[in-house]
Amino acid sequence: MDLLPFFQWCYNTPVGETIRNSNWMFAIIEAFHLAGLGLLGGAVLMLDLRLLGVGLRKQSAAQILAATQPWLLGSVVLLLASGIPLFLSEAIKCLYSFAFWVKMTSLLLALIFTFTILRRAAQADATSEGPLSGRAAAVVSLVLWFGVAWGGRWIGFS
Amino acid sequence: MSLLAFFEQLAELPWSIELHESQYAYSIVESIHVWTLCVFFGTIAMVDLRLLGWIMPGVPASEFARRMLPWTVAGFIIMVITGSLLVFAIPVRTYQSIFFRGKMVLLILAGLNIWLFHSRVYPKIAGWDTDRVPPKAARVAGALSLLLWTCVVFSGRMIAYNWFDCDRQPQPAIVNFLASCLPTDSGH
Repeated sequence: MDLLPFFQWCYNTPVGETIRNSNWMFAIIEAFHLAGLGLLGGAVLMLDLRLLGVGLRKQSAAQILAATQPWLLGSVVLLLASGIPLFLSEAIKCLYSFAFWVKMTSLLLALIFTFTILRRAAQADATSEGPLSGRAAAVVSLVLWFGVAWGGRWIGFS
Repeated sequence: MSLLAFFEQLAELPWSIELHESQYAYSIVESIHVWTLCVFFGTIAMVDLRLLGWIMPGVPASEFARRMLPWTVAGFIIMVITGSLLVFAIPVRTYQSIFFRGKMVLLILAGLNIWLFHSRVYPKIAGWDTDRVPPKAARVAGALSLLLWTCVVFSGRMIAYNWFDCDRQPQPAIVNFLASCLPTDSGH
């Protein structure tokens, strides 16, 4: 499959071109992207730390899942709304960037994992089914999100 | 010794030069600085949201803070260590960056906000610990904290850009004043 035409199309979109030709737009959008990353980190950590037994303790993981969900979704929206324009402005570079593909793969896996297995592990925790599966799910979640953060940071170095 | 002279001396140290010119070390330190943001900013933001009554209002505020803030403190320590190393690697340019200076001012303001909260608001927490929405003083502290730390992230990100560097003249007089550029600055 030849991805180049699609990435070229992305690169040539008016949004991509406007950001690319601006001195400051990339920087500002990136700052929002970074703030979104921090917020996402908070939402993800609250649940994962609970599953690992080192965060909030008296509340069930199911409760924390429900409480953090809106903030997780909100930060994902902010990250996509800022990340897609950033991508459009340098789509060709991304196509040939190893870090970009690590990030996209991790992101896809992290989102799927969060809304399937992790969610089930957190809900099972309310009924004290067994903490080991919860701990394992939390570790996988942290590793996948770290893959996203690693790739994201390293796109900038390539 | 002036501050500028101090940072100029730092720049002469072999460690500073090595970190600056290293192939990977600088990038790794910078990456750890950014990744730790998730721990530091993420957990303090959650505590701020609790103070605003926007997350887990059923959990006592003191319990929420006690379980989350150790992570915030650990994150902050790593942020300070990696951040200092980043300054150490590029001392003079960073010292003269208006974004770095803005960030330091914002850090002081954020610290002041924490100090005010802990000396004025937190001692009376017993009276509102289980309130779903804490009293106004606590909400203001939470909102200020969110705002200030977001501004810290923004100004930190901008340090990387050289728009207002002293060696890029002409700059508006206000920039040269705020960055304390020397009239002869033409290349650091």
